[in-house]
Amino acid sequence: MISLNFVLMLGGILFALSVAGIFLNRKNVILLLMCIELMLLAVNFNFIAFARQLGDLGGQVFVFFILTVAAAESAIGLAILVVLFRERKSINVEQLDTMKG
Amino acid sequence: MISQSVLLTIVLAPLVACLLAGIGGKVIGRVGAHTVTIAGVAISFGLSAYVLKLLLDGAPVVNETVYTWLVSDNIRMEVGFLIDNLSAMMMTVVTFVSLCVHVYTIGYMKDDPGYQRFFSYISLFTFSMLMLVMSNNFLQLFFGWEAVGVVSYLLIGFWYTRPSAIFANLKAFLVNRVGDFGFVLGIAGIAYYTGSIDYATVFAARDAIAANTMEIFPGVEWQAITVVCICLFIGAMGKSAQVPLHVWLPDSMEGPTPISALIHAATMVTAGIFMVARMSPLFEMSEAALSTVLVIGATTAFFMGLLGLVNNDIKRVVAYSTLSQLGYMTVALGVSAYAGALFHLMTHAFFKALLFLAAGSVIIGMHHEQDMRKMGGLKKYMPITYWTSAIGTLALIGFPGTSGFFSKDALIEAVHAAHIPGASYAFWCVTLGVFITAFYSFRLVFMTFHGPERFREVAHDAHSAHESTHVKTDKDAGHEPDVSHGDAHGHHAHDDHGHATAHATGHDDHGHHGPVEPHESPWVVTLPLILLAIPSLFIGAFTIGPMLFGDYFNGVLYVEEAHDTLGHVGESWHGPLQFIVHAFQAPTIYLAFAGWAAAWFLYIKRPDLPGVIAAKFSALYQLFAKKYFFDEIYQAVFARGSVGLGSALWRVGDVALIDGAAVNGSARVVGWLSGVMRRLQSGYLYHYAFAMIIGLSVLLAWYVLR
Amino acid sequence: MSTITWPILSVLIWLPIAGGVAMLALGDRGIALGRWIALITTAVTFGISTLLWTNFDTTTASMQFVEERTWIPLFNSLYALGVDGFAMPLIVLTAFITPLVVIAGWTVIEKKPAQYYAAFLILEGLMIGVFAALDAMLFYVLWEAMLIPMFIIIGIWGGPRRVYATIKFFLYTFLGSVLMLVSLIYMYLQTCDAGQCSYMIADFQRLPLGLNEQLFIFVAFLAAFAVKVPMWPVHTWLPDAHVEAPTGGSVILAAIMLKMGGYGFLRFSLPITPDASDTLDWLVISLSLIAVVYIGFVALVQQDMKKLIAYSSIAHMGFVTLGSFLTFELMRVNSGDMTGAAMGIDGAMVQMISHGLISGAMFFCVGVLYDRVHSREISSYGGVVNTMPVFAAFMVLFAMANSGLPATSGFVGEFLVILASFRADFWYAFLAGLTLILGAAYTLWLVKRVVFGPVANHHVAELKDVNGRELLVLGVLAIAVLGLGLWPAPLLDVMRPTVENLVQQITVSKL
Repeated sequence: MISLNFVLMLGGILFALSVAGIFLNRKNVILLLMCIELMLLAVNFNFIAFARQLGDLGGQVFVFFILTVAAAESAIGLAILVVLFRERKSINVEQLDTMKG
Repeated sequence: MISQSVLLTIVLAPLVACLLAGIGGKVIGRVGAHTVTIAGVAISFGLSAYVLKLLLDGAPVVNETVYTWLVSDNIRMEVGFLIDNLSAMMMTVVTFVSLCVHVYTIGYMKDDPGYQRFFSYISLFTFSMLMLVMSNNFLQLFFGWEAVGVVSYLLIGFWYTRPSAIFANLKAFLVNRVGDFGFVLGIAGIAYYTGSIDYATVFAARDAIAANTMEIFPGVEWQAITVVCICLFIGAMGKSAQVPLHVWLPDSMEGPTPISALIHAATMVTAGIFMVARMSPLFEMSEAALSTVLVIGATTAFFMGLLGLVNNDIKRVVAYSTLSQLGYMTVALGVSAYAGALFHLMTHAFFKALLFLAAGSVIIGMHHEQDMRKMGGLKKYMPITYWTSAIGTLALIGFPGTSGFFSKDALIEAVHAAHIPGASYAFWCVTLGVFITAFYSFRLVFMTFHGPERFREVAHDAHSAHESTHVKTDKDAGHEPDVSHGDAHGHHAHDDHGHATAHATGHDDHGHHGPVEPHESPWVVTLPLILLAIPSLFIGAFTIGPMLFGDYFNGVLYVEEAHDTLGHVGESWHGPLQFIVHAFQAPTIYLAFAGWAAAWFLYIKRPDLPGVIAAKFSALYQLFAKKYFFDEIYQAVFARGSVGLGSALWRVGDVALIDGAAVNGSARVVGWLSGVMRRLQSGYLYHYAFAMIIGLSVLLAWYVLR
Repeated sequence: MSTITWPILSVLIWLPIAGGVAMLALGDRGIALGRWIALITTAVTFGISTLLWTNFDTTTASMQFVEERTWIPLFNSLYALGVDGFAMPLIVLTAFITPLVVIAGWTVIEKKPAQYYAAFLILEGLMIGVFAALDAMLFYVLWEAMLIPMFIIIGIWGGPRRVYATIKFFLYTFLGSVLMLVSLIYMYLQTCDAGQCSYMIADFQRLPLGLNEQLFIFVAFLAAFAVKVPMWPVHTWLPDAHVEAPTGGSVILAAIMLKMGGYGFLRFSLPITPDASDTLDWLVISLSLIAVVYIGFVALVQQDMKKLIAYSSIAHMGFVTLGSFLTFELMRVNSGDMTGAAMGIDGAMVQMISHGLISGAMFFCVGVLYDRVHSREISSYGGVVNTMPVFAAFMVLFAMANSGLPATSGFVGEFLVILASFRADFWYAFLAGLTLILGAAYTLWLVKRVVFGPVANHHVAELKDVNGRELLVLGVLAIAVLGLGLWPAPLLDVMRPTVENLVQQITVSKL
């Protein structure tokens, strides 16, 4: 029997990895999107683990919601990415600083 | 019974005339202007004389309110009249001199483009002066006080294109304002201690003031009455040109001569004397205030007289003489001889107005030349002017029998009888002053009317005298604006007319480059001279009895038993003739003769000597010629000092500290802070993400560790 | 009680605003008609305002011509209007000055004239509203709303540095008034605690407040009103705003808007926080005396005519604050003897009205010159009297009034305040009295340099004397200045019950 702690730890590690990915990555926007996905998955892990632990199906239902939203979000993200690439001929994160104050 | 409508007519006739001549000047024309104004002041004079007669016949004193100006905090401030013997005398003198000056002006200003304006101003002056002397309360007194100051300001600057004139009028107004500042504080003090500004109420409540002390500087208790009286006297010092607030009066000679006679000799400058005499019940309660008055008056009387010795401008010599005589009156106030001061005020009004108008007549005769060094021998060309000014001069020096003799001799006797601190200093000042007075007066007469006819030499050699250069350039410049006047206001003689005037009318054209041919003035000029010469000669003998030793001022002036110097003099009073005889036992009369002799010796017998003496005592001569450096010091300390202070306050306080540091400074701090903050806005997604994570962890840590 | 049964105050507020909106609707194309609309609207407003004076009951201190309607029921705010002896003269002054501004701008304003007039008309309505408001929330809303037309007037029709000036003006005044809003809300909550939620100023005046609360409220009010007056050291917006504002804007600013500060002290600070005023009166008095002396010296060295007059305004308004706050010092010095307190407040009120007339007139004079030469520098002029004698006569008259000559209105207020301050302390009177010298020095020096002297340059040589329109404006103001100076009694009579009531009120401690 895998204890709750292990699952939560896995979720934590996944989340940390994705966070690290977000701000260590300087080159590629796609990587950013993937990291966000990974983050959501880490959250899903927690939902499932708690759902099982507490015997509450609500958690699992939420996972489905999150997966749907994540899919939609990546679709939009990728679409933006395509437009961005057409506009700037680059998906390099370092060059995307038009929000600079 | 004196009805209010008569009094209102006296006051309002000149005002109406002023408005007619001032606003409707173009419509009624020159003749119309002088007709209405002369009519106005003639009505005033007639009614004033009538009122005086009624009072002498025993009519009761009038003290009534015309209207209530305002009521604040239960203090009623009203406009009203107090007509007693004092104000009736002042009204008569003021309107009489004013009438003479009005008539005289017809001749003096006949070519001036500002003719109607001038008449309007002098009528306004008459109105203001009447309001001043007829007042029954401090508010109206102050109104008249300031109003005569304003008219004086307008008239000194009558020829407004001349930089020296508009410098002089600003100076006159500001110096007067220093006095008024003290005056207002005095009035405020009176209102504080007595709860009223009405003469009668205040005088009745004077013990309430005397019972109080004030702590102006911590730890020093002063009698409230002393403070109040000295504040009031500061006002008198400004208006009556007492040292150190005298500096404006010589410069006021920039104005046309008629107003020098009316305002700066006969009436306005004596307002201070009148005021202190009116306040005699208050001044009597403070010996310290009386001593202050005495010392300042004595200083003015002697030291300002000295300056008349070295001046060459005919009007300025008379102006210094006025200063000195005002000093005499102030001395009389200081020794509680209020009646003596008022008596001298009256005689002085006649003979000094006479002297000024005569000087003006000379100036017309000399085609607007004021420098006495370019005159001489005018006696045969201008006989009426000569004889009238000789009468004026005799009255001024106190020749036995003339009006000035009675007033001045009684005054000096009173000083002699006084015992308050400063009395002996004052006695020496006024006694020596007699010599000085005689000397400069006859110097004027000799230089102007006797001796060689220097105007012929000057005309041939325009640049012989160093100081005449200004005057000549002045005229040669024609209508060009003359900048050189700016610094010349101090001690140079001036052409008495505006350039525009002389040029526009061609009146002066014949005078400048050929020899000057003096001529007697027209009758409108000489008639007032004669009219003034009569009282200058005789009024003293007739009025000294009732005014000084009789009961004319009973119930008006108040003198403490211990200060009653005039009463002491009066013990030996046996009529005017005996007074003359008695005078020969005192030194003053011999001093006056000595002054005459000295002037004769130096300016007729040995005219080369004055220059030698001036060279020998050049330091002293410079001190006199520069008027003790009062102007220079005031200019440096007050004028430049306040501009410098203002500039410093503005640049440091307003511009640098408040606007620079506080206002724009706070804007800059905000700007700088935002500059720092915008660095955080890098635009990189991962920085924002990082910030979010950090924030999240901090929040988590907060909730967990709390 | 008054015999007027129709809502006169509402008419006074909304008539000019309606006129302004009509002007906006009409636009610049109908400006020939629009000018007359503006003139008639303001003239009728003035006419109606004189009814206030003639129907005013001078025996009571209570509010008159009261109107009350529910306005914002959510927090019990009322549309409540009414006037007493303080508000009524100021309303009449407002209604008197605005038509003159309209006449003065008749042909001078070429840029967007319809909007120019609209701004002034709306401003007039709002200003009257501020003086008439009995509800603090209504007062506050109008107080802030008033800034908008003024902001626009300076910002659009102003001089070259108008942007700086408007922002400074707006931020300064706004900063002060938000603090006031905080204290108004605080007091509202206090009234709720007492059981009856209300924004009525009268309820605030009755509210029992502790000393610390009073001190905070007082400081908040001080921030709002001191900026408006303006008092040293928060005065520096005024010279800039005046210099950049068009003539009409300067006139309204000096003649009326500054008075709101003084009015605020009398309506809010003194009666609501008497104990705090007592504690902090030294501050206000010192700032007032600094204003009189310091600003007097600063005015002396100004090279710009409008700046000089602006500084002179600050110095003169120092008398208003000085007179208002003398009461407490008097109470202390004369051990409870209140004589002089009413005189100080009388003086402050007269000074406000008189300063409205005189500073307005002075700015009109500068405007007359500016319209011809387009320079405000003193050095661009000299010898104006040679070419404009009639104008010079008016300028000298107003200059004399500005330096406090008796028989002009400028004297009355200063005299009363000096008399009252002598009772408190000799040195107060001494420093206040210095204005006699300083005021004359800076004003008459200005006159000497601008009006007198030989013709300075060809601009001056080509000047034309005042036209009929300008003569009308200056003449009317001259009559008002002389009239108030020669017979101020009616004004004092109108104010007396209110002043006495205020003195009664503020001498009773709330603690």
